[in-house]
Order: sequence, then C-alpha cells, then structure tokens
Amino acid sequence: MSTYKLKTPISEEAVRNLHVGDIIYISGTILTARDQAHQRAVNFHNQGKPLPLNLEGMVIFHSGPLVQRKDRKWEIGAAGPTTSSRMEPFQAEFIEAFKPRIIIGKGGMGARTAEALKKFGAVYCEFTGGAAVLAARSVRHVKDVKWLNLGLPEALWLLEVEEFGPLFVTMDSHGGNLYNQIAEKVEQAKLIAYKKLGIIF
Amino acid sequence: MNLSKLIEETAVDLLRLAVIELPIDIKQALKKAAQLETSEIGKMEIEAITENIKLAEQLKRPVCQDTGLIIFNLDVGDEFGSVAGISEALIRATKKGTASIPLRPNSVHPITRKNTGDNTGVKIPYISWNPVKGDYLQITVFPKGAGSENMSALSMIKPGEGLVGVKKFVLDTVICAGGQSCPPLIVGVGIGGTCDLALKLAKLALLRPLNKHHFEPVIAQLEKDLLEAINSTGIGPMGLGGRITALGVNIEYAHCHTASLPVGVNLQCWAARRATARIFRDGRVKFVSHKNPI
Repeated sequence: MSTYKLKTPISEEAVRNLHVGDIIYISGTILTARDQAHQRAVNFHNQGKPLPLNLEGMVIFHSGPLVQRKDRKWEIGAAGPTTSSRMEPFQAEFIEAFKPRIIIGKGGMGARTAEALKKFGAVYCEFTGGAAVLAARSVRHVKDVKWLNLGLPEALWLLEVEEFGPLFVTMDSHGGNLYNQIAEKVEQAKLIAYKKLGIIF
Repeated sequence: MNLSKLIEETAVDLLRLAVIELPIDIKQALKKAAQLETSEIGKMEIEAITENIKLAEQLKRPVCQDTGLIIFNLDVGDEFGSVAGISEALIRATKKGTASIPLRPNSVHPITRKNTGDNTGVKIPYISWNPVKGDYLQITVFPKGAGSENMSALSMIKPGEGLVGVKKFVLDTVICAGGQSCPPLIVGVGIGGTCDLALKLAKLALLRPLNKHHFEPVIAQLEKDLLEAINSTGIGPMGLGGRITALGVNIEYAHCHTASLPVGVNLQCWAARRATARIFRDGRVKFVSHKNPI
C-alpha cells in the first residue's frame, strides 16, 4: 500500500504502476460524467462525432455536483461520488474510445469495466461516498462546463482540483479487484451469520 | 399571523437544517463506529466522513451533493385547525429551499427524465399525512438520497418461512447492496401489513433515533440480532471491508393477512438526514431534532 500524488494529464505508465490498496491524490483537471453523459459520449463516438473535450489521460469523476451560479461564475458546493454501477453499460466502450486513465466513483464496477481497465490501462478509484464537502474543498475553480442541456447534475463539469482525495485504488490495471476480494470474504462470513441467526444449521 | 407563510418558512429552515447538519444520534453512532472499526481502510473512510460532517457545518453546505428527493412527514393534531393550504406551502418551501440553500435539483419525469429544476413534480415533494391528538402540526423533512434508496427491496415471504425468512431477506438485502448504499448504513425494516405498508414502515423506521430500540422487547431483540449479523459480514464502511457495515437496524411492524408476510427493507446511507419541528396553533415553533435552526 503506497500513497501517490498525481498530476493530470496522467500517462498509461503512471496508472500501470498503481495497485489495489494504493491511495492517491490528484491535482490538475478532472471531469464529472454520469449516466446520460456516458451514454451520449459513447453514441457520439459510434456516430463519428467529436466530443467537446479531449479525454485522453483524463480523470473521470462519477459525480453530479451541487452547483451554484454566483457573480456569473459557477461554484461547486458539494461534489461526492455517485454509484458507479449505473455507468457499467457504457464504461468499457468509453475507456476504449477516449482513453481516460482514472475513473473515480463509489461502489465499484463490473467485469466488463475491469477488463477494459486491464486492456487499455486505467484504474478505478473510490472516493468516500457522501463526503461531498470534503471533495468540493479541493476544487479550486470550475474551468468549463459542457452539455448543460443534460441538467446541472448530469452536465460535464471540468474542475481544477488540488490534492483531490484520498482516493482508494480498488480496481487496478492488472486485474486486482478489492470488491471481488471483499465479496469472497463476505460470502464465507454470510454462512456463519446464517448459522447464528438460525437460518441454516 | 399568516399560518401558511409560517409553515413555508419553517419548512425551508428544516430543509436547510436537514441537509447541512446531521442529527446528534447519527453523529454519536459514527463516533462510536470510529472507535470500533479495526480495518485500516474502514477507519480512513469513517475519518473522511467525520471530517466531511464538520466541514459541512462550518461552511454551511449540504453534507452530500445528493440532497435527495424531498419527503415531508406530517403529524397533524386534531386541535391544530385547518389543514387547507399546507401542501401548497410545502411545495413553495421546496422550490424556495432548492434555490436558496441550494439543493441539487433531483426531481425528473420518470420516463422522459426531464428535470423540473426545482425538486417538485407530480406527487413530489411526497407528503405523508398522519393524524394525531394535539394542538400542533409536526413537520419532519426527510431528504432521501438515491444511492441507498436504489438498493431497497420488498419480499412477499411465505408465512411458513416465518422469522427465519425475515432474517434471511434482511441480511441478503444488505449483502446485495454491498458498498453501493454508502455504509455504514441504517437499515429500516417494515414487517407485515400489505406490500406498500411494509415498505412505508421500513421508511418510517429510519426516522427513529438510533439510541431508541423498538418498545417491544421481542422486536428490540431482533433489531440487535440483525445488527450483529450485518456487522459480522465484513462489508465495512463503503463496502471496502471492516467491522462497521451498519450503525443500526430499526424495525416497525403491522399486523398482516393470515396468508401474507410482507417484508420491506429501506436502506439509509450514513448521511441520515432528517429534521423536525412543531408548529403550535398559537404560532410558536419548536425545533425538535436539532437545537437551533441554521
């Protein structure tokens, strides 16, 4: 378990160096994207249309931030992670098409995403769910916003961050997967709990 | 005195209070959880949560960006007077609070997914009316986040499966949710009634403070047993492993049909937001869940 401070854009080499259990802090720019943004991005790619931003080496944050417009400037009040499994239908294609290097969310992702992380060199990290003010504190300013017509939570928010974290690397580019490790242990513990509750004998 | 205006203003205060400051019993339970957690990553998660709660209060910002779908639970005293205009006042409060606190606009049309932009919509905010004895109107605001709500479940258990079936369903639901509902959780369980009532009771159970067990010893024991079982799974804070998967299990029940045994489970993330105030007939307002409105 090591701690790394990374700056964007992030190289494939830098993420190949990360392993499950590592803790990272990110400085630079990160982009929020949720369900509809992922779906639209993948559709654009399939139709050969360009995205409004180049995502290579980018950090994608599954978050629908709480945003306020003050003095003609956007301000992020709270920006914790949203449940990543909702993005599972699109994430593998998204990684293949746009080559982001770090995906941040909560709750983990499925087998197709795990395969894409391995194949194209990216990692999935977890930010503490609900810790939205802690997350917003490291946002220096909003650099840009695209696709506002998806609504404030679903728009693409390009955020300048400083030491954004702690982020726990939970799915790495070598097949390491903390969720699978925990699930195996939980499966064993479940049988003991069943016995204690009198569900099985 | 303009009662409708008073209800509106109190509801805005309650919304602000609920999203910014967690009730004392939740904070105490998290403090205890921090002491009991042994996994390194689990400890770090609880530290981040605790730091976040402090920052939210200091900076007067919502504790989580998902400020939820707005629910109002009303206890309406039989001597309170007219209830005309209360719904409208609460809808106005929701719009006003969304703009001024601010809250994230979360209410969308279920099919077109078009966002109304102000947290209102058809039957939203959801207003639940409960007639009681007394000369007051008690308003509880309950902003419910989707991460935990999405992992909630209903089972129409066969009565023959009995208590064992109930226990298995609750435990399996929590295991299935894993880290997705932002544990440490509060697990609301509704047993009996009809399919809709079981889920309604599960949600009501989430409003009971964590330091209060069910008044019936047999139900209180079930709450303790289920909590112990849930915390023995090793899911841990945020599902990354550890001892503390839930802060509490709260159960409410209703009698049910002889051929039925419905069980509803409504999960609540650690950001267990609720705030309550009583408005008396003479215009006095008493905040019940928190000391002072923010």
